[in-house]
Amino acid sequence: MSSIDVGRVRDDFPILRRTVHGRPLVYLDNAATTQKPRAVIDALVHYYENYNANIHRGIHALSEEATARYEEVRLKTAHFIGAPGPETVVFTRNTTESINLVAHAWGRRYLRPGDEIVLTIMEHHSNLVPWQLLARDTGVKLQFVDIDDEGRLIWDDFERLIGPRTRLVSITHMSNVLGTINPVKDIAELAHSRGALVLVDGAQSVPHMAVDVSGLECDFMAFSAHKMLGPTGVGVLYARQGLLEEMDPFLGGGEMISRVLPEQSTWNDVPWKYEAGTPNIADVIAFGAAIEYLQALGMDAVRAHEKEITAYALEALSAVPQVTIYGPREAEARGGVVAFNLGDLHPHDLGTVLDRHGVAVRAGHHCAQPLMRRLDCVATARASFYVYNRLDEVDTLLEGIREADRFFGHVATRA
Amino acid sequence: MSLPEPELDELYRELILDHYRSPRNREPLESPTVVAEGYNPLCGDEVELRLTLDGDVISEVSCAGRGCSISQASASMLTEAVKGKTLEQARAMGALFTRMMTDPEFTPEEDVGDLEALQGVAKYPVRVKCATLAWHALQDGLDRHETGA
Repeated sequence: MSSIDVGRVRDDFPILRRTVHGRPLVYLDNAATTQKPRAVIDALVHYYENYNANIHRGIHALSEEATARYEEVRLKTAHFIGAPGPETVVFTRNTTESINLVAHAWGRRYLRPGDEIVLTIMEHHSNLVPWQLLARDTGVKLQFVDIDDEGRLIWDDFERLIGPRTRLVSITHMSNVLGTINPVKDIAELAHSRGALVLVDGAQSVPHMAVDVSGLECDFMAFSAHKMLGPTGVGVLYARQGLLEEMDPFLGGGEMISRVLPEQSTWNDVPWKYEAGTPNIADVIAFGAAIEYLQALGMDAVRAHEKEITAYALEALSAVPQVTIYGPREAEARGGVVAFNLGDLHPHDLGTVLDRHGVAVRAGHHCAQPLMRRLDCVATARASFYVYNRLDEVDTLLEGIREADRFFGHVATRA
Repeated sequence: MSLPEPELDELYRELILDHYRSPRNREPLESPTVVAEGYNPLCGDEVELRLTLDGDVISEVSCAGRGCSISQASASMLTEAVKGKTLEQARAMGALFTRMMTDPEFTPEEDVGDLEALQGVAKYPVRVKCATLAWHALQDGLDRHETGA
């Protein structure tokens, strides 16, 4: 039993009242982005109506208020992920930018030709392409951990690949396609014992379960506000104490400097050394409201709720013989993401039918083309759940799938 | 509860499903004059057109590929529509079809054959790129052929 009162939660999300093609909206695309509660929308409006000002530089009342609210959210974020202090939290635009920051500021400073980075075949393009660019420029070698038939990472591959030249292991905490929750603490222990650092892509984990960066002992953690009820345009990079101080700056400009001379400059203290230019003040402040909302629900309750709905969806989808489900069969081993296909019907055709039922799912390669190739499919449909989803919305999803099966039945089995 | 069958039927006309189920000119030509590939990275739809030219007439055409019903049916219809046409006529048909896809109010005066069945796609903006994939590939292929690139 989940302890989330879904009815009350739904009342907090204005968008859930709308209809799509005459049907109530069934929003099952939460791994792409989540909806926003009234409190987050209000925080945005409240900032713009009452204390809109640039931060860290004005000596007037509005700037002081805005600066205080902005920095409060940094502290709140640090608490939320179990980070030791606000100086370990950098605000970026999104997970992608957070990872690119590490690739530039850490990678280009410390890595040498022949050094190795260990990734996995299930990574999102955001935790792959930045390393490809780094490899191209520095001669670093990329290596990939494979998956087994149920979409779990193969432990022996880590044992085999993490060697003396490995400088970084960069892995997703939870696959945005397979849903697999990876044993990042064990991986971090192994990597550290062999002298490598660990970056965790937490884009799909931080929004959905209690994540403690200190307990996981990761060196970097990246995630996005918009996937956890917050606004778009805010990402987070956590870096273990000491790392940000040693690394190079990423972007240069205002705010990130200390003393600027015509020919050279010195850098601001961390984390501001990594926040060049005017940051996304309004959205960071509203992100604070999203964190508070999740904290009030409790992350263990969020996880329990999603596990219940995922188990229900796995069972319902398994009952349709033409459906192929990707990833672990047990809800315990995965987050609230279920990728599937109906026969060999292209997921875009399925997605169009579901859309007519008011059901929003993702259909495509989910920014994970190497994984799609590994699974030997062009694309999949994907349903992903969050705090406001109900079991009966899974029923609506299934109703749409059966409708698509009836409509395309004679073509979907085409060899 | 009433299901949205009429709307689906409007998009997925029987003729489209027929081309998807039994694509025409599927066997790749052995020694084509022009090979044109189209790829949509958003959804993974792929088409490969092969043309044999006799002067400026498209004498043979084949299309292979994989993807959604709209992209594959449209490619199949393309092969029938341009076979025996001059390059200029094929380009003109491509322009006409693009207009059909981007302007839901537009109905061509010319007879466009099976392509008429795709008219409903214009009302589904996210699917237009599926329908135009093969036609863009054709255009690119002819451009490259004519510039010798």
